[in-house]
Amino acid sequence: MAKLKFGVVIFPGSNCDYDTYYALKDVCQQETTFLWHKEHDLKNVDCVILPGGFSYGDYLRSGSIAAFSPLMQEVKEFALKGGMVLGICNGFQVLLELGLLPGAMLRNKNLKFLCQFVHIRVENDKTPFSHRAKKGQILKIPIAHFDGNYFAPPETIQEIKDNNQIVFRYSNAEGQINEESNVNGSAESIAGLINKAGNVMGMMPHPERASELLLSSEEGRVIFESIITKLG
Amino acid sequence: MRVRILVSLKDSVLDPQGQTVKNALHTLGYGSIKDVRQGKVFELELEGISEKEAEKIIPEISDKVLANPIIEKFSWQILEKG
Repeated sequence: MAKLKFGVVIFPGSNCDYDTYYALKDVCQQETTFLWHKEHDLKNVDCVILPGGFSYGDYLRSGSIAAFSPLMQEVKEFALKGGMVLGICNGFQVLLELGLLPGAMLRNKNLKFLCQFVHIRVENDKTPFSHRAKKGQILKIPIAHFDGNYFAPPETIQEIKDNNQIVFRYSNAEGQINEESNVNGSAESIAGLINKAGNVMGMMPHPERASELLLSSEEGRVIFESIITKLG
Repeated sequence: MRVRILVSLKDSVLDPQGQTVKNALHTLGYGSIKDVRQGKVFELELEGISEKEAEKIIPEISDKVLANPIIEKFSWQILEKG
């Protein structure tokens, strides 16, 4: 398999940048480089990852200031040309603020910062980010966020459903979806969402924190492996 | 010129922080508080532009930056002219 080049974006306040770099470079054995938010150069990467963290201290709204950074204008152009972009946690929030994905994030329904393992059910296994998983498969991956309560107006939700854009939903260990399993209160229990074109995905759970057994779960790695086999 | 911009969640969006504040007020005995909506205040100082120009750029920056139009609404007023 040909080696790919991943780019992990660093904003001031990113804190999962090195974890993501490690998961891609050391665990998945892919060429990986950091991309600084002030630059204009994507360094010819094949896939851009927006890591988790608290870019710009979550000032104004989570992800909002990062969306205005110079590099993100390049990322937007890259995405609109079909380039693959994955936003994890704060990266998901940045993609929403940038308008590459529909909707917005509200504070978690219980107003608590949630830092725990959750289960997510694969709803769509036809995307470049999930094709190595099986529809209905349950993945155990941790979350760590304050604003993960996905919201979109009813007409947008309908469109998302019609286009099969929900990739992951919060579920319990058995794969049932109910109010209790929907830890942050997201509309439709959305944990992962893809754009209509199928090249930009955002997800609140952290696959990089579940990429090897030492971290007590390697079930997040399937997302990176899907990207690698898709592009490789 | 000084301008105050208020940003808050749209009426159609649940505001759990406002709800929590309301519940706290009820606990303190202020039972007459029917609803609380929480928001953000921005005070901007502008110079070198006319009131007319300000009326054009304030909604623009509110829509583009200060508020997320998917979940939030905004209103504004001029506090000080000149």
